[in-house]
Amino acid sequence: MADPLLSACEIREAIVSGTTSAEAVCQAALDRIAEENPRLHAFHLVDAERALTRAQALDRQAEPPGPLHGVPIALKDNMVVRGSTTTAGSKILERHVSPFDATVVARLEAAGAVVVGKTICDEFSMGSSTENSAFGPAHNPWALDRAPGGSSGGSAVAVAADLTPLALGSDTGGSIRQPAALCGVVGLKPTYGRVSRYGLIAYASSLDQIGPFARTVTDAAVCLEAISGVDPLDATSAVRPVPAFREALTGDINGLRVGVPRHLLGEGVEPDVLTAFEESLAQLEQLGATLSTVELPHSRYAIPTYYLVATAEASSNLARYDGVRYGFRAAGPTALDDMYDRTRDEGFGAEVKRRIMLGTYVLSAGYYDAYYLKAQQVRTLIRRDFEHAFAGVDVVALPTTPTAAFRLGERTADPLQMYLADVFTVSAPLAGLPAISVPCGLTRERLPVGLQLTGRAWDEATLLRASDAYTRRTPWASMRPAGVRP
Amino acid sequence: MALTPPAIDVRRIAGLARLALTPDEVELFSTQLASILAYATTVQEVDTAGVPPTSHPLSHEPRWRDDVPAPSLDREEVLANAPDAAARAGLFKVPKVL
Repeated sequence: MADPLLSACEIREAIVSGTTSAEAVCQAALDRIAEENPRLHAFHLVDAERALTRAQALDRQAEPPGPLHGVPIALKDNMVVRGSTTTAGSKILERHVSPFDATVVARLEAAGAVVVGKTICDEFSMGSSTENSAFGPAHNPWALDRAPGGSSGGSAVAVAADLTPLALGSDTGGSIRQPAALCGVVGLKPTYGRVSRYGLIAYASSLDQIGPFARTVTDAAVCLEAISGVDPLDATSAVRPVPAFREALTGDINGLRVGVPRHLLGEGVEPDVLTAFEESLAQLEQLGATLSTVELPHSRYAIPTYYLVATAEASSNLARYDGVRYGFRAAGPTALDDMYDRTRDEGFGAEVKRRIMLGTYVLSAGYYDAYYLKAQQVRTLIRRDFEHAFAGVDVVALPTTPTAAFRLGERTADPLQMYLADVFTVSAPLAGLPAISVPCGLTRERLPVGLQLTGRAWDEATLLRASDAYTRRTPWASMRPAGVRP
Repeated sequence: MALTPPAIDVRRIAGLARLALTPDEVELFSTQLASILAYATTVQEVDTAGVPPTSHPLSHEPRWRDDVPAPSLDREEVLANAPDAAARAGLFKVPKVL
């Protein structure tokens, strides 16, 4: 019997010990997706045939099993798989079939994982709710009328609703951590350069990083280890040894120094979120951690800095979608310019157009110094704030989001209000630092709350160790939304 | 000294960004972009005299690699994504330029 509630590590053990087969596990995941997806809309595309073929091959495999042998995994639909559609949630890529595999796909498959499908995301990762997907939003399994968060919302839903034990997302300003918090799962954004971006559809190249969603910290650690490491196909991937992350999970956080930037916890943070956060700090203290207050004075400028830097990079990255190479072209172009202009107007959604235009504006003559250059300088100050803080603490703790999951449709009319919800997540990518979100409570409405820990560059091991100790001590990570248990 | 964002000329920016906006979109985006820019202008409050810009979070120097020829993507698979491509000739096709 292939129980979809097993963790990735338990699934692997069950297959390796012969209790079940990779094929049975894969079929169980596919059945579960078929049953739940109409209501949750986590997946945009499921390739059952490819997944089953792969699982059958694993069952015949003579080589020793990999660390993710037979584990079903979902990919955010902005990572390419050869021969299959990758849309990045955009109409402009609706018919785009990739001629190559992303490095993370190759590495997952080398580790034995079985890719079952591609999840719903905000168009080109621009959004915090999946409502900017051209293919409709995903629904939060804790309350179907609420957003799962975004942009990697579908991946968070897949894991939260036990459709797959693991999923990959990408994080530019919080796109892994925010949906992880809103859906009550573990989500990790690695240090910039830890995971290859080859085959990740670019949004903002100096910020984008791929990372795992999981129900347990152990699964996140195993998955991160499988996808990490230098890649000749991505010059920004770092030449650094990949630690054995699972071995970092000792359960011991005695003496861990936790810094809390209390000055950021002002207005706008929901009382239930604040309560859950304070309780999580008390738990960390009981586990032997020491708490202190830290200052991140420039973090109040992190959102404008992020939206200036990210949109500038996006305006450049998305210039390639011109109607020539990626599947979509407006009908009946009369001339080259007409083809470009109409293809892009018809192919991109409203949020993508807004960000392309904002980025074009801040890079344009006369505004470059006042906006783009200025934002890059403030980015340096944000990074330095963390360097100062890490002289005295090992991790920085904040709630992942100021509120629990909001209702679908509630924030779509005012883009700026949607941006302001990224207040706690945008700093880590600006500074290139790793950060994790773990479940740390439920609001009175039974909606999950996330605890975010940000660490030193390349120190995912400490984040994982602290998160593992915390989640073992508290009930939150093992709580499931009502109605999801089969 | 905070700088007041000038009114954004959405038509001009859309032209630079190669977007053929509808009149409705011009109106909507003018309002929205003005409010986003007014907010983004808060970065002007920060004293950044002498602060170097961060264009990239990488601490290491760019890496060199050997220039070794390797197979590139399959031409047929690449052209399969190109609308109206002249696949047999191995060419992308666009509307008449001259």
